[in-house]
Amino acid sequence: MSEDYRKMWEELGLDLEAHDQLLAVIPQMYGDIYLSQQNRPEGMSYLDFVMSEIHGLRVKELLDLKAAGGKVVGAFCLYVPEEVVLAGGAACVGICGGADWGAAEAEKVLPRNLCPLIKSFMGFKLTKVCPYFESSDMIVGETTCDGKKKTYEVLGEYTNVHVMHTPQTKDEASRALWLEEVKKFKETMEELTGNTIDAGALADGVAVVNSKRSALRRMNEARKASPVPISGKDALLIQQVAFYDDPVRFTQMINKVSDELEQRIADGVGVAPADVPRILISGCPMAIPNWKMHHIVESTGAIIVGEEACIGHRYFRDMVDESPGDLEGELAAVADRYMKLDCACFTPNKERLDNIMQLVKDYKVDGVIHYALQFCDPFTVEYNSVERTLKENGVPVLRIETDYSMEDAGQLSTRVEAFMEQIKEAQGAIV
Amino acid sequence: MFVGIDIGSRCIKVVALNGEGIADFKVVDTGFNPYERSLELIKPYDAQMIVATGYGRHFARDDFADSVITEIKAHAIGSRHLFPGCRTIIDIGGQDSKVIALDEQGRVADFQMNDRCAAGTGKFLEVMAKTLGFSLDAFGVESLKADKAVKVNSMCTVFAESEVVSLLAKKEEPRNIGLGLHQSVVERVSSMLHRVGIADDIVLSGGVGYNSCIQKLFEQKLGRTVYRYKHPEIAGALGAALAALEQS
Repeated sequence: MSEDYRKMWEELGLDLEAHDQLLAVIPQMYGDIYLSQQNRPEGMSYLDFVMSEIHGLRVKELLDLKAAGGKVVGAFCLYVPEEVVLAGGAACVGICGGADWGAAEAEKVLPRNLCPLIKSFMGFKLTKVCPYFESSDMIVGETTCDGKKKTYEVLGEYTNVHVMHTPQTKDEASRALWLEEVKKFKETMEELTGNTIDAGALADGVAVVNSKRSALRRMNEARKASPVPISGKDALLIQQVAFYDDPVRFTQMINKVSDELEQRIADGVGVAPADVPRILISGCPMAIPNWKMHHIVESTGAIIVGEEACIGHRYFRDMVDESPGDLEGELAAVADRYMKLDCACFTPNKERLDNIMQLVKDYKVDGVIHYALQFCDPFTVEYNSVERTLKENGVPVLRIETDYSMEDAGQLSTRVEAFMEQIKEAQGAIV
Repeated sequence: MFVGIDIGSRCIKVVALNGEGIADFKVVDTGFNPYERSLELIKPYDAQMIVATGYGRHFARDDFADSVITEIKAHAIGSRHLFPGCRTIIDIGGQDSKVIALDEQGRVADFQMNDRCAAGTGKFLEVMAKTLGFSLDAFGVESLKADKAVKVNSMCTVFAESEVVSLLAKKEEPRNIGLGLHQSVVERVSSMLHRVGIADDIVLSGGVGYNSCIQKLFEQKLGRTVYRYKHPEIAGALGAALAALEQS
């Protein structure tokens, strides 16, 4: 990345020395994990470019937007209604939280035994190395889990935070509460941007985000094919970048990738032989650059065909109804779309079990790896019912609980390899 | 010959099969250079096929082994060969402990492994034996002679060691502390057992299989017979050798 970026980063208030260290790690990691893959779709070159400019070009675009009077809103969670952010003329970006970074700094204000994602975003903030964090005019939090809920209080001491009260059940009272929260958020966005969000603006926001979700849905459809035309790692990267990139450009580029994937399917081209185990990852989100599990799994020769997670199916499965013509109806449609999410923070959460089984069927999944971040109570506890459901249906399942460090990589690969042996043996293959 | 090599964290085990059965086996300390050790170990055999397992399997595959299988599969094959009715394997090795459930055909149906640390492994018992002044061989036997068990709360090897030191300072009998330590290992592994489900026959393998106190405590806790082979640490290498035979 060029020198203008250094000036830009300096003006943003980044700690340049620490930021240099961070940026030095990524290319090596990306090279080992991504560029070493064989037979990648050509369209992935766009993602390679985005990654090479991860703290460069996109940040510059955001700063140009700000210079022109626009605002930038940062978020960590699927519950933040992107449609409303866009309707206010602001940009919505996912905030860094996928790397073991700044833990020592984070532990000054947070307990040691806490979810690595929370610790990571606090670490990024306190060490001043995330340009997305630093360019955000407002961070939108949510009350999805205790760890995040309480951490937003701490984060509020360092930056402008708006917290949305997400419900924990799906009854009428919860829906009413959530609709109020969406309306309140609309007002907050109007105050922040100085723009009025009318029916037309919100309809435009909805259309842009629906198109993005449709593009992701289409790309994922291709993963149903056998042989699979795209690796799980590449598909994960696309879904991660969905939270950063300009939504309209991203939609175009991913549709191009899908054109290529559909051609590959027609030609019978895959990234792995047709008979390798097809794996579904289910559980916690994998924020960029968390590629650990995918790398371990696909290094055994297996292929990941889906992510039942927030950075995955949960993000693009449901669309906002575009039919209401008035603002009131549109806000209700937005709220309703988010009430369909099946995050483990809900109770009861039977929809998630049904959705997992549906994915297993649709994607011809041979085994499920349940991926939970350490200390994530909602997902680690919900594993019980996930395991029972899968076993009752004869689907092998492996439970993984881990963080962002690589210290357990050897252990994890032994477990994952043994899981693949188990799957192959059940299918009657010899060794 | 069909050779299986299990490159573990504490020991490297080799089993050589001829047409009839086990022709030879060896167990050596892993030492500082597991690669060199492994080469020396397999050199004497005129091997038609070598299958490697254990944490060192990947370097073996890059070099001398024809293929690799995980410890889980190796133990499943080996234990099933030694005990044809085996449905549950408790394998406690140097740095990991695992529980493997087999289906009626002997295929791996489920497994659990300890994560990350040495809690509930051979290394834990080794450090504790040393702290209490027992040789590894005598540790189980002496602990069985305890008149009561003194509970040790910490499962972390480092913290348990300091807990043991303070118990000794309180004049607790070493063998009573020993029994408490064995119980905590059995407790920890039992929770993994309950996750996968228990079916007879149960086989104890890995180096810790030599420890008669561990075997006895499992039998008491589960109320069932726990079998073990006279050389429990070679079950994995035997499984690898049998896989070599199968693949040839």
